[in-house]
Amino acid sequence: MKIGILYSRIRQDEKLLLNELRDRDHEIEKIDVRKHQFGLDGTTANVEELDLVVDRCLSTSRSLYATRFIDHYDVPVVNSPETADVCADKVKNSLALDDAGVPTPDTKVTFTVDAAMEAIESFGYPCVLKPVVGSWGRLMAKIDSESAAEAILEHKKVLGHYEHKVFYVQEFVDKPGRDIRVVATDGEPVAAMTRTSDHWLTNAAKGGDTDAFELDDTARDLVEKASDAVGGGLLGVDLMEVGGEESGEYTVHEINHTVEFKALNGCVDTDVPATVVDWLERKAQTPEAPQ
Amino acid sequence: MSEADCPECGAGVDLHDDLEVGEILDCGTCGAELEVLAADPPELDTAPELEEDWGE
Repeated sequence: MKIGILYSRIRQDEKLLLNELRDRDHEIEKIDVRKHQFGLDGTTANVEELDLVVDRCLSTSRSLYATRFIDHYDVPVVNSPETADVCADKVKNSLALDDAGVPTPDTKVTFTVDAAMEAIESFGYPCVLKPVVGSWGRLMAKIDSESAAEAILEHKKVLGHYEHKVFYVQEFVDKPGRDIRVVATDGEPVAAMTRTSDHWLTNAAKGGDTDAFELDDTARDLVEKASDAVGGGLLGVDLMEVGGEESGEYTVHEINHTVEFKALNGCVDTDVPATVVDWLERKAQTPEAPQ
Repeated sequence: MSEADCPECGAGVDLHDDLEVGEILDCGTCGAELEVLAADPPELDTAPELEEDWGE
């Protein structure tokens, strides 16, 4: 197949994918989105003959618009712009999960500092303040006191981009020092790992220790529902265990649409890039299949 | 393994065989993040600064 890769930076994840695709003799069109124009009638990127385009943009804004244009040219693209749109925004993510009946941390959104303060007080301390757009645990605040809340809110109001004036306040989930990352293709888990840290942020990007994790039926069911809730695709579904490691209860706090998997690939027996490429081959053969 | 000059400090940067355009390397001498602009012959430039919307 002839496959396009949207990118602006080649991470180890993209190299794993590219190597796997080349090993299988697929033709690859690398599309550096920084170098191209995307117009209403076409693009300077060579996309017309492609069987499938895979969005691997590191930048969320580029990912959102580039996939929208590729879709506009009737070239199959994963993940879809609709999936990207929901996953890129924590508010839309929370609403989609709740609409689908997937347990997700209790969340309130406000538009002023005063209303945010009231929301924080209603959760009590600690609670969590997150940017609506962002990744790798950046600008996440665990708020332990009223004075900390006042300081963080003032900083966001004065220093922030307008998106930082949408205050996304969330309950603090007392997870057992770890959360669970599942990489899934259209709701089918590829592999899963725990990310463990003494810090309240356990992201692998923050240095959390990773270990393979065996999903139980409850978690598998939640991953499938969460994937469906955002339109499917190649996703990173993040879960937290509620009530301890053995409780078997989970809450889904995030779904990522340009998921990184190098850390997962390093700690599980599954060949993650090979399994992802298996799925890409199926998508290229049946691009119109419902997700 | 080939080598290219770091555009930041001028020191030699070792390049691995499966160099990929768009990949980011660290200069072992000055620590600068370098983007691979071309693989053959290798061409490096300083990598873009991290943006707020980067991530997964």
